[in-house]
Amino acid sequence: MKQYNADVIVIGSGAAGLAAAIEVKKANLSVLVIERDKELGGITLQCIHNGFGLKEFEEELTGPEYIQRFINQIKELEIPYILNTMVIEISNDKKLYAVNNEDGLIEIKAKAIILAMGCRERTRGAINIPGFRPAGIYTAGQAQRFVNIEGYLPGNTFVILGSGDIGMIMARRLTWEGCKVKAVVEILPYVSGLLRNQVQCLEDYDIPLITSYTVTKIHGRDRVKGVTISKVDRNFDRIIGSDKFIECDTLLLSVGLIPENELTLNAGAELSKNGGPVVDNNLETTIAGIFTCGNVLQVHDLVDLVSAEAKRAGQNAVEYVKNRYDKKSSKKEIIKCLSGENVNYVKPDRINKRDLSKDIIFTLRVNYPDRRVLIQLKDNNNNLIYKRKKIYVIPSEMVELIVNLEKNGIDPKCKSINIEVIPRPEVLIEEE
Amino acid sequence: MIYDVIIIGGGVIGCCIARTLSKYDLKICLLEKEAELASGTTKGNSGVVHAGYAAPREYIKRNLCIRGNKLYTQAAEELNFPFQRIGSFVVALEDSQIKVLEEQRRQGIQDGIPGLEVILDKEKIKYMEPNINDEVVGVLHAPTAGIVSPYEMTFALADNAATNGVKFLLNQKVRRIKHQDYTFTIKTKTQEFKSRNVINAAGLYAARISKLVGLDYFEIMPRRGEYILFDRNALHLNKILFPTPTKVSKGILVCPTLHENTFVGPNAQNITDKKDISTTEAGLKEILEAGRKLVPNLPVRSSIRNFAGLRAVPDTYDFIIDNTDIYGFINIAGILSPGLTSCFAIAEKVVEFLELLGVELKIKEDYNPRRLKPERFKDFSKEELDQKIKEDPSWGRIICRCETIPEKEIINAIHAPVGATTVDGIKFRCRPGMGRCQGGFCRPRVIEILSRELNIPYEEVTKRGEDTNFLIAKTKDLTLKEIEGGTE
Ligand SMILES: Cc1cc2nc3c(=O)[nH]c(=O)nc-3n(C[C@H](O)[C@H](O)[C@H](O)COP(=O)(O)OP(=O)(O)OC[C@H]3O[C@@H](n4cnc5c(N)ncnc54)[C@H](O)[C@@H]3O)c2cc1C
Ligand SMILES: Cc1cc2nc3c(=O)[nH]c(=O)nc-3n(C[C@H](O)[C@H](O)[C@H](O)COP(=O)(O)OP(=O)(O)OC[C@H]3O[C@@H](n4cnc5c(N)ncnc54)[C@H](O)[C@@H]3O)c2cc1C
Repeated sequence: MKQYNADVIVIGSGAAGLAAAIEVKKANLSVLVIERDKELGGITLQCIHNGFGLKEFEEELTGPEYIQRFINQIKELEIPYILNTMVIEISNDKKLYAVNNEDGLIEIKAKAIILAMGCRERTRGAINIPGFRPAGIYTAGQAQRFVNIEGYLPGNTFVILGSGDIGMIMARRLTWEGCKVKAVVEILPYVSGLLRNQVQCLEDYDIPLITSYTVTKIHGRDRVKGVTISKVDRNFDRIIGSDKFIECDTLLLSVGLIPENELTLNAGAELSKNGGPVVDNNLETTIAGIFTCGNVLQVHDLVDLVSAEAKRAGQNAVEYVKNRYDKKSSKKEIIKCLSGENVNYVKPDRINKRDLSKDIIFTLRVNYPDRRVLIQLKDNNNNLIYKRKKIYVIPSEMVELIVNLEKNGIDPKCKSINIEVIPRPEVLIEEE
Repeated sequence: MIYDVIIIGGGVIGCCIARTLSKYDLKICLLEKEAELASGTTKGNSGVVHAGYAAPREYIKRNLCIRGNKLYTQAAEELNFPFQRIGSFVVALEDSQIKVLEEQRRQGIQDGIPGLEVILDKEKIKYMEPNINDEVVGVLHAPTAGIVSPYEMTFALADNAATNGVKFLLNQKVRRIKHQDYTFTIKTKTQEFKSRNVINAAGLYAARISKLVGLDYFEIMPRRGEYILFDRNALHLNKILFPTPTKVSKGILVCPTLHENTFVGPNAQNITDKKDISTTEAGLKEILEAGRKLVPNLPVRSSIRNFAGLRAVPDTYDFIIDNTDIYGFINIAGILSPGLTSCFAIAEKVVEFLELLGVELKIKEDYNPRRLKPERFKDFSKEELDQKIKEDPSWGRIICRCETIPEKEIINAIHAPVGATTVDGIKFRCRPGMGRCQGGFCRPRVIEILSRELNIPYEEVTKRGEDTNFLIAKTKDLTLKEIEGGTE
């Protein structure tokens, strides 16, 4: 059995994995990146549209251009990586097992591990669309891969279910290829992706966007022949009599992403309700020395945020290897972070009491759009710790808060803090 | 060439008959209209090997089921298909239902069903199946009931039959049968076959096949059953859970699968279209509601797939197992539930019929009843795995991440005795695309491997045969066409 050793192992070579590995190497620790695909880069490789890097490089790049900058650094810093290699197991003493077709089974020992496995798309089954199961149903990302990487068109006439970013980007991409996109159908009363994509991908190409509708039946036995769409009420129940038939030969699904956490579970770490691992403010999972970042932790809308988060994970893994590895772990005292009103989830899930003097980065998503809101942090005794105004919030945009809890006078004895996004009580003229 | 036996239909019944007859020195051929075996009812059912207490005594299916259940032990051992006798509960939620269970037990024991017992001790019931509804008042426990993967079993039967000389021909829809001088001439779109004996195991289309030789004495109507499948690890059931039966049906069950998933279903809808395996909104609601009565914490959010199967319901409501008036023509029709359970017993009947027809049944010297278990990545120890990959690197190339399926398993499925030729064929043989992502990532890879191994172009790879192509064109083709059109 082939064996490797490294201070830090990074699983996944997407935007997250690469940025984390670079930080580790810069601190002069040994690092190894493991990637199951045949090249470095992850999902960005198939995102040939632009819109990447506005924050990180203050330039508008395509996905492959963006990631190439990181790949170049990996090469310059001579960071070792192995491709075509899938990690299949993580044991509790931080031994990893991976397979590839050259070395067979590989055993890797590490002091710290960074999980950066990305996410996968939700499928039809996850949303239970009734009807036949013909050929011609794809997830948007699958279609993106076919068109942009393999060079095949998955159909001629399309209906896209879900107005997520990938769906909207594919609507435009397919139109460019000469396909007809009949409609983008969204169950919510508003678009679930970014506004900029709604304008640049749908409106500019006259692609109809039908909100508060969903696909209620798939027609065609062998190949998709069309879909029935129906209007839904507030509870997402079909409104009788609202059915419309749209003819198409392909249905694309852009109905959300799920963090890819089989390995995380396998390692024995806990998951939270957003599907990502439970982490503390250092992006450390419930297992000491296992860190995580990128879409495997929470689905990000911007790659720049992934890179920034990953740098922190890399730095924290370094801190762990240098200061805490080998030491008996003293029981951590923590404060839990809870999702309150209109908060779908919040990261981190917990804060180490010893870090109260540091700036803590909170990321959260809301459940529904709202305007003129107040984002509040309160402790379990209902003491207000922090508040911030925001003009609007929408589920498709992750909200980031940087808060120094000590400076804001947190009671260090509190057990939890509750984060809520509430309508602003008074109408204010001035904005944030 | 004249065959001794031609079997029409490659479902579990046809394949089980093929495998049972492959023991004898006979020339046998099986014709299936679809591109893959197990494409009909065999693909969409509950996969429960029933204990046999359910059907009324006047039906032949009752005894065939009881006998069939017994025959599973040896068959599963010889053919190495996954099968587990996990036992079933018929669940009573009201005191009045207990007497139904008592009566099923009494009759079942008389008819030789082992181990039937009515349990009224709630604590014991909860211990045996912690997920059961708290309102349970009693259960009928049938320890011999089991679960099987119907299509994996069908492939095992077919592969073993093929190894023993049975010819399997796919994409051969029987359209005409001529009967003359004790010989049947069977016509499909492209070919003609001759045989002394014909076994009609055409499932939903068995009445149509029977009419081809002028035997018009039954009809078959489709009755649809819908299902929802839940993600692995979402719920762990120990037992197959049935509600107490009513006059109409055995009801909607909640059941674990051999791949650690759980499903709920089926309902029962009489329909007219024999191809309508679509699911409906109302139906999915109905089964969820029914399932919740047995298991209140059904993991609704973890559903990964819904599907439906069609029961082939004959107007007699019982199996039609006839050595017909047309010499050499055997009808195995109307094989509704518990047909899967009964298949080995049905095959025994066919052997009896052939004996009566004077067919010489000499056991082949080189008959091999065993089929080796397909090698699976997941079954290997770390050392074995390392060794395997060194011998053949395609063991180390993981194609399906959700189920951890390497390229080698897919190649093996393609080159099995009755190999897969379509993406669904691969999926049903070795599960890539069956997991959480339902093929999101691996489908392009599987298409690539099929195209390479079968030596056909990428665009010709289908989901499940004719007219189910995946991909329409290379990028730029459509735009080019438009430009060409514009210059004309
Ligand atoms: C289709 C799409 C379009 C987007 N468009 C934009 C945009 O326009 N602008 C923008 O800023 N952001 C965009 N984003 C968001 C951003 O690009 C992603 O959030 C970011 O790239 C995710 O990076 P990641 O490293 O977390 O995940 P990934 O890039 O998915 O990387 C994960 C890597 O881990 C590997 N892996 C997983 N499991 C294993 C294992 N067991 N063993 C070995 N390797 C493994 C995978 O193969 C993969 O390479 C888009 C995202 C998607 C999906
Ligand atoms: C919802 C549901 C749940 C069930 N649950 C259970 C259960 O839990 N336990 C149990 O024991 N049984 C169960 N059953 C019953 C069981 O599934 C069937 O008895 C069994 O699958 C029947 O197999 P078959 O081979 O007769 O039919 P099929 O699998 O339908 O096979 C018939 C084959 O014949 C082919 N064919 C048809 N016409 C032609 C032609 N002209 N030329 C060539 N080929 C042709 C078809 O393509 C098909 O492949 C269930 C059935 C349903 C629908």
